[in-house]
Amino acid sequence: MNKREGSALTGLKVIWLKEMQDYAGNIRMIILMLLIILTAGASMYVAAQTLRSFVGEDSFMLLNLFTISQDPIPSFLSFISFLVPLTGIALGFDAINSEFQNRTLGRVLSQPIYRDVLLFGKALGAVSAMAIILLALWLLVIGCAMLFLGVPPSGEQIARAFAFYVVTLLYALLWYLVGMMFSIIFRQSAVSALVAIALWLFFMIFWPMISQLLAYAFGGGDSFQTAKLEVVLGRISPYRLYTESALAILNPSTRSLGVVLFSQLQGAIMGSALPFGQSMLLIWPHFTAFLATIILLFAIAYVLFQRKEIRM
Amino acid sequence: MGNEIVLSVSHLSKQYRKGVKAVDDLSFSLKEGEIFGLLGPNGSGKTTTILMLLGLLESTEGTVEVLGHNPFRTPLVVKRQVGYMPDAIGFYEYMTAYENLDYTARFLGLDANEREKRIKASIAKMRLTDRMHDKVKTYSHGMKRRLGLAELLVKEPRIAILDEPTQGLDPQSIREFLSLITSLRDSEGMTFLLSSHQLDEVQSVCDRVGLFSRGKLISFGSVDALGEEHFGKEVLIDLQAEGKDDLELLLKKQKGVIGVDRQGDNHYLVTASEDIRPILAQQVFSAGCNLTSLEMKKHSLNEIYQLAYKEASNE
Ligand SMILES: Nc1ncnc2c1ncn2[C@@H]1O[C@H](COP(=O)(O)OP(=O)(O)OP(=O)(O)O)[C@@H](O)[C@H]1O
Ligand SMILES: [Mg+2]
Repeated sequence: MNKREGSALTGLKVIWLKEMQDYAGNIRMIILMLLIILTAGASMYVAAQTLRSFVGEDSFMLLNLFTISQDPIPSFLSFISFLVPLTGIALGFDAINSEFQNRTLGRVLSQPIYRDVLLFGKALGAVSAMAIILLALWLLVIGCAMLFLGVPPSGEQIARAFAFYVVTLLYALLWYLVGMMFSIIFRQSAVSALVAIALWLFFMIFWPMISQLLAYAFGGGDSFQTAKLEVVLGRISPYRLYTESALAILNPSTRSLGVVLFSQLQGAIMGSALPFGQSMLLIWPHFTAFLATIILLFAIAYVLFQRKEIRM
Repeated sequence: MGNEIVLSVSHLSKQYRKGVKAVDDLSFSLKEGEIFGLLGPNGSGKTTTILMLLGLLESTEGTVEVLGHNPFRTPLVVKRQVGYMPDAIGFYEYMTAYENLDYTARFLGLDANEREKRIKASIAKMRLTDRMHDKVKTYSHGMKRRLGLAELLVKEPRIAILDEPTQGLDPQSIREFLSLITSLRDSEGMTFLLSSHQLDEVQSVCDRVGLFSRGKLISFGSVDALGEEHFGKEVLIDLQAEGKDDLELLLKKQKGVIGVDRQGDNHYLVTASEDIRPILAQQVFSAGCNLTSLEMKKHSLNEIYQLAYKEASNE
């Protein structure tokens, strides 16, 4: 009886396309794009200026473009790690409650589709939109790199830049889903936006402080224990997970993301680069944590939405 | 009207999480090609019932069968053949009327030509053709409701469920709407279930009505049958005669007359145990008066409604 007749995904494409179309002319998107282009442009320019003096000395020129900063302009990476969650939240915070407010939900859900397809379609639309924006940005960076530095990036650099792209997209999706989840819980989109932003600020600014305090409190005076505890606690924050992964990907000399014992460094050549595969292994736990969080968030949103009453 | 049962509800109950029992042990069924009116005061459970019929709300108890399927278990089959117009209707305001209808029509799996044909025809039927490429945010409330009806027509459903369809429509649109649904019933054999507060409209089109009170169906049947149920076999005779000042006493003396209600100078409303129009005519005539009008009146849905609720609240 419970078997789904027809395809479970009937109507998915229709919703997906509409969401993408909505984003195309959306004023919110235009503002975010301008913000990203402006900040990314500024940081890239500064990074390129700095790098020009070292041309030829470093084999990871392209990657440096992402990470190098020059006072007072932060690096491209810092801008991205700030703007990407904002984009995710901006796209997701009214995903469902706007349908309630527009009173369109009853009309749409009385069409021959399953209820969850609406969530899938919306998430898919947002991911596609963000994927396109980020891809454009990446191509811009690579293009600039060739223009400014005059050397084509190596295959490994491209691979690393691509890995960074994937992780950034996952990070954006994570915050989109946070926004979407709150858009199901709260009827007012102003409330869902505020709560989502509060959560983001909490993880970015307050959680590092709290995890340090907690680590001191429970570390038992042992500085190694304290440091380890701090790392474990700190990684509860997706912001930390993201910046650590980005660092490991973009800075090949990153050898470890946790607490490093001196004995572990024996035999390692300081400053030498890790091969691409090794760097990927390093962030593998981070990557799976991202995926798990995304699946969990979607599952929560799914359950909340299935239980939600359609009526106003 | 066919004899096939297209929608049936048995012992349906809904208790909201906050404890309100919105629908309580409801049972009824609809035949193909029937126009059925769901009536009841605010908060009596009409919308709740409608949402359960569509599978958009899970029932606490009881079963619903629409076109042989359970709308909650196999929603796609049901939703493909059932059109719904919610009481609070809304559209994507930044999209045009045409785009809005095109969006929902895509879910029906129609090809582009068929969609365009159906949408244009439906919009024309609702007299919105000259505004169809305007954004919905420029639409008035009544125009949005007409657009909702157009959306329903695009779907060409076998059953149409409309929650307060005439609310906010101007008199001309109401007339058009009522003749539209009767013609759709006649030409396509469509079945309609509509909830409403506008009793005289409902009376003019509905084959049967159900009166709701606090989640229960307190009366169910054709308007005539309900009249008989609540008022017995009594008939109302509307009589107008000129000539003599007061016919009231004379009329009251007649056999079979139960009561006389004076409506105006020369206008009386006689309640009788049966149709005694010939006798009344004779009496008026022999009293030296001019009979200007003599009509048998049915109990209006309004009166039935009033009485039914009085009875229900006395129980
Ligand atoms: N989400 C909800 N949670 C709790 N109670 C609800 C909910 N929705 C409706 N109710 C209650 O259920 C009852 C029936 O409501 P319903 O909307 O079905 O009435 P209605 O007949 O459609 O009224 P109206 O004529 O005002 O549209 C009311 O008492 C209402 O308060
Ligand atoms: Mg209602």
